[in-house]
Formats: sequence, structure tokens, C-alpha cells
Amino acid sequence: MSQINALVDKGKEVLGWVDERFPLSSLYKEHLAEYYAPKNFNFWYFFGSLALLVLVNQIVTGIFLVMHYKPDASMNGAGIPVAFASVEYIMRDVPGGSFIRYLHSTGASAFFIVVYLHMFRGLLYGSYRKPRELVWLFGMGIFLCLMGEAFFGYLLPWGQMSGWGAQVIVNLFSAVPVIGPDLSVFIRGDFVVSDATLNRFFAFHVIAIPLVLLGLVSAHLIALHEVGSNNPDGVEIKKKKDARGIPIDGIPFHPYYTVKDIFGVSIFLIIFAAVVFFAPEGGGYFLEFNNFVPYDPMKTPPHIAPVWYFTPFYSMLRATTSDFLPALWALVVVVAGLSFVSCKNVWVRRLCALVAVGTYWGFFGLTVFGKTPALFDFDLLGVHFGKGLDAKFWGVAMMGGSVLLFAFLPWLDQSPVKSIRYKGGLYKTILSLFVVSFILLGILGTKAPGYAFFGVIPGEPVAAVCTLIYLCFFAFMPWYSRLDKTKPEPERVTWK
Amino acid sequence: MSNDKQDVPGGASFSCSCADTNRRQLLAATAVVGGAVGVGTAVPFVASFLPSERAKAAGAPVEVDISRLQPGEMMTVEWRGKPVWIVRRNKEMLESLKKSETMLADPGSSRSDQPSYIKGMARAIKDEYFVCVGICTHLGCSPTAKFVPGAESGIGDDWPGGFLCPCHGSRFDLSGRVFKSMPAPDNLVIPPHTYLSDTRLIIGEDTKGA
Ligand code: HEM
Ligand code: FES
Repeated sequence: MSQINALVDKGKEVLGWVDERFPLSSLYKEHLAEYYAPKNFNFWYFFGSLALLVLVNQIVTGIFLVMHYKPDASMNGAGIPVAFASVEYIMRDVPGGSFIRYLHSTGASAFFIVVYLHMFRGLLYGSYRKPRELVWLFGMGIFLCLMGEAFFGYLLPWGQMSGWGAQVIVNLFSAVPVIGPDLSVFIRGDFVVSDATLNRFFAFHVIAIPLVLLGLVSAHLIALHEVGSNNPDGVEIKKKKDARGIPIDGIPFHPYYTVKDIFGVSIFLIIFAAVVFFAPEGGGYFLEFNNFVPYDPMKTPPHIAPVWYFTPFYSMLRATTSDFLPALWALVVVVAGLSFVSCKNVWVRRLCALVAVGTYWGFFGLTVFGKTPALFDFDLLGVHFGKGLDAKFWGVAMMGGSVLLFAFLPWLDQSPVKSIRYKGGLYKTILSLFVVSFILLGILGTKAPGYAFFGVIPGEPVAAVCTLIYLCFFAFMPWYSRLDKTKPEPERVTWK
Repeated sequence: MSNDKQDVPGGASFSCSCADTNRRQLLAATAVVGGAVGVGTAVPFVASFLPSERAKAAGAPVEVDISRLQPGEMMTVEWRGKPVWIVRRNKEMLESLKKSETMLADPGSSRSDQPSYIKGMARAIKDEYFVCVGICTHLGCSPTAKFVPGAESGIGDDWPGGFLCPCHGSRFDLSGRVFKSMPAPDNLVIPPHTYLSDTRLIIGEDTKGA
């Protein structure tokens, strides 16, 4: 017994030595043992810790892949691009190689599944709202980095989808007025997707973006622990504290939520392992079949579509054709008009008018909704004054803008309550429509243009309507969130 | 994180009472110079993103032998890393160009990227041989040849024959002219090219001036 006590004392001594030099105990207390989280967390609160797990998975498997992968687009002796051949080599000849690669490729899809659910939790419980705006904005930064990471990584196997996917996405930037064409050359480092492109994408994928991502994840968690977690009731537990200053409805993260998260991790790993072992290609959605063919810059495969997690945004890009612009402009005018009426500030009002007129010119130039010839036209740095900007540019703006809209949620939502539990039918209806539209856009984005649901319902008008619903969800939120008939929030969290 | 305030010598008035203006000026000057050096250092890093000299040099013209190309057939050669198509159009194909005229966004190719010696609806030096860069003007996929006209093509009864881009469905006629309200804004690009003889073609170089 005394021996054990001596050991414990020794341990305390060591800890004391460390604590005098590094705040180990206080960090542990601040973030785990004495971080008080609401006691009513549910299913939706698994996804933050799962995202961390997947992040670690991506980094570890990535390091091992880099030990065998070669970012080189030149041809080897057999006439196969070296990069493509090195991935084949990992799959066939490296012991454990295919397992490591499947962990990484399945991990990428799992990352997006987990993060989409994590963000949806934010929508359900109003987690983006005051005081968690920065938690949300750091989250947005993470989301953008993730998209970049996935895009850069997808070029590396140098298959048909890699090359043509990169070609299309980099060319998106060429739609930016004036600087566009030079910008896309700048990104590629060449006039076509080539070895230079592969090398720089490799640098971004393996070091630049992961470093930024780690920094953002730290900032995300520091901000979260500063303000404390939200919960399914959307009421602040810090409002009701006991004599020691601890929230009455809070429980220490460790051991209560570490145990809960371990349970979540176990279930997640069961599903994840099942996919890795039995369906690593995810039916062509996680690893696209065309990508098992080396990149051929002379021939686009007959069906090209981005990986599933980009498809909702990609669908919106496709939906933005010149035929769609009148509807889009109508939406802009209604939102600008509503803002004009509900805001007395003269500068805001001027801005609204400017936006309505500016987008009209941008969409249609000096024509009547693009249907008539322009009044007159001159060309300044490649911009046709009489014709406005290309629909192609608006498609790109739509794709980028539809992602960025999420960043405005903290200020768009004006509801008196945070959580869906106390919101009214109006909000619930609109949120459901939004979710259905997002999923339909996602499905359509995986299909070739001209696809029809069940062979009868043409996809293009569906995509156009879904895009409008998606935009309306954000654009009208300041108004419908006020109109919505909410229920009173409880004083304390509810918990059975 | 700790809230204990440290006593600053001189207290709150420290900064104004005994500020050493000389040192401050020195600090400001070094900061400005340091900042300028920092910005200057960034230049080569940004510049390194531009195409290298080697990438810029890799644009030599290519010579093509078209003697084996049969009417109604097409061949692809690589020029500057891009596919260049040579289509030998037969009579029906050339006829179809008139049919498509009303369905096109820019039938006269007024906005299109093509050498000055390329004119009219055939967009070719010799009507029979159509040469163009096989890269869609939308986002750069390579369209697929769909030469069979009509319903058989699966595109539509009034399809005159042409090219269909697999990426976002842009359609082009057999002169690479884009149809109305397609994602692609412009007709396919025609590269500078010239005939060395009846059966030899050089792409990327012309004698008549681009
Ligand atoms: C690498 C990706 C990410 C990681 C590792 C991560 C990690 C976490 C963790 C561990 C938590 C606390 C546990 C939980 O609430 O589930 C959390 C909370 C949160 N995250 Fe993330 N996150 C990521 C991405 C995102 C993204 C993309 C967004 C949204 C744009 C976001 C928004 C939030 C919000 C609002 C909370 C607070 C939720 C609440 O208190 O109800 N996160 N995150
Ligand atoms: S790249 Fe051809 S239609 Fe988009």
C-alpha cells in the first residue's frame, strides 16, 4: 500500500513539475474535467467528435499514402502516367496499401457526411446564433478548407475524373470578368491541366490546407469552449448557475461526454469499417469508376460529374443559364424591395436600389431581359457593356455564393427562439423544403444533363426550382423567422 | 488568462510622460522597411505560380497527314496539350450547316476566336476540312462527336449533326458553332493553321497572318 502511495506522490510531483512549466492540469480542467456541457445532448451532438476522429484518420492515412505516392504526370516506361501508376502500385503491391487508400478515400466521403450532419444540427438548434457566431464562422472556414482539400486531393490519382474535374473547376475561374483567363492560367501554372498543376495541387493537399485546417479546428474549439455549447433546447445553461458558479444544467465533459462520444465512435467505426471492407468504392459515389482510367487530355469521358459532396452546389451552377436569370433577378428585386421597405436608413435603401439595377445590368446588359438586341454595345477589357456579364460567370457566382450564404445565418435568423423545438410550422415547412431541395440538387448533380426522374420528370426545371428554394431559405429568413409563430422557450433545458 | 495586473513603472501615464520619440521613430522606420522587404519577398513566391519558361516554350506547331481521312470521319491530334479535331465533312454534313443556322447563338461567328482568314458558315480554309480546337468554350471539356442527325442521335428530331459536350450539355453544329441558350457562350475556337500541300496540314502556324 505504502508503495502505491509513494508512486502516487511521485506522479503528483511530476505533474507539479510539468504544471510549473506548462499549464497541463489547467488545460485538462478547462477543456475536459471542468468544461460544463449541457446535460441534454442528443444524437446530433455526436458529429463534432466524429469529425475530429475522421480528421485524424485523414492525416494519418494521408502520411502513409505519401510514402508511396508520386506526384508526377510524365509517362513511365509502360506509357502510363507516373502518378496514376503509383496509385495502382499502392493498391496492388504495397502491403496493406489498398486498405490504407480505402481508409483515406472512404474517410473523405465520411468527412462530408459527418460535417453536413454537424452543420444540419446547427440549423436545427440555432447553434450559429449569438454568442456562437464565431464558432459558426470558424466552422465555415473549415468547410471551405475541406472543399478545397477534397478538390486538390481528387487530382492526385490522375485518372479521367481527376483531370477533367480539375479542368472544369479551374476553368470556372476563367469566367471572372477581366482577370479570369489569366487567373485560371495562374492556378494551373500552365495553359492546360499538366504536371505543374499536379505538383502544386499536391503541395496544397498535403501541407498547406491541412495546416490551415488544423488552425481553424483549434480556433473552432477554443471559441466553442469560451462561450459553451448550445443544446437541443437552445437555452443558455450559463444563465442558471449554482453557488459554485457551475451551470445547474451542465455536466463535466469528462467523464460524461467522453463516454457518450466513445459510444458514438464505436457505432461510427462499425459502419465505416463495413464500407471500407465491403463497398470501398461506395457504388461509384466515393470513388468514381472513370477514375480507374488514366487521364487523357484528348478525350472527356461520356459521363462526368463531381463527387457526391459537391453535387448540390454543382447543380446550382448548371441551373444558372441565361433562361434562369429572369427568375433570379425577380428574386433579387423582391429581396431588395423588402429590405427597402423594412429599413429606414437611407444608405441601405440606396444600396437596395443599386443592387436591383446593378444585377439587372449584370444579368441582361442593355437589353430587355436578354430577349432583345442591346441598345448599344462596346467592349471594355472583354466585358460587353450592352450584354452584361456571361451567364457562365453567374453560374460560378451562384456556386460560390450558395456555399457562402451559410456564413450569414447568424444575422439572417431573427427568430425569438433558437431551437427547432420551439419554432413554428412556418419555419419547419421552409426548413423541410430546403432540405428536400438540397438533396434533390445533390442527386441531379450526379446525373448527366437532360436526366429525368423516373424518365418522365425532367431534371432541369426541378433543379431550377430547387435552386430558387435554396436561395429563398436564406434570402427571406429575416422576414419569415419573425413571422413564424414560436412557442415559449423553457427556463431550463428539458431532459427525460 | 490571468487577471493579476502588473505594475507598470510610471503607471498609466507612462506612455505619454517619458516616451522616447527618437526610439519610436526608429521603430516606425524599421517596421516600414521590414514590411516593404516582406512584401518584396512575396513577389517571387506569387510569380512562381505563373507558367514556367518550359511550359511557355511547349507550343510548337504540329504537322498532320490528312491523306487517310475518309469523308464523314474525324481525327484528333494534340497541339499545346489540347485536342485539335480535323473533320472531313461530306455533302450532307455541309448541307446541315444551313439547317442549323436559325438555331445558333452566333451563326456569323462575330464573337468567336478564329483567324481572320476563317469566314462564313463553313469556318474553314477548305470547306471540306473543318479544323478546330476540341475544347468546349464553357468550362473546357472535350465535346463528343454526334454526327448522326435526327432522332437516332438521342438528342432530338431536329438535331442536324454536330458535337455534344458531356459536361453540361452544350451543343455545337458541324462548324463548331454553338446553339442558342447553351452553357457555352461562344463557338469552338479555330487554331491558326495552313495547308503545306493537299494532304499535309500544319496546326499552330499560318502564312496569311492570324
Ligand atoms: C473538421 C471539421 C470540424 C470539426 C473537427 C468540428 C468539431 C466540433 C466539435 C468537437 C464540436 C463540439 C461537439 C459538438 O457540438 O458536436 C463542434 C461544435 C460546433 N461546430 Fe464544429 N467541427 C467541424 C466543422 C464545422 C462546420 C463546417 C461547421 C459549420 C459551418 C461547424 C459548426 C459548429 C457549431 C455551430 C458548433 C456548436 C454546436 C452547439 O453547441 O450546438 N463545425 N465542432
Ligand atoms: S464544359 Fe462543355 S458544356 Fe460545360
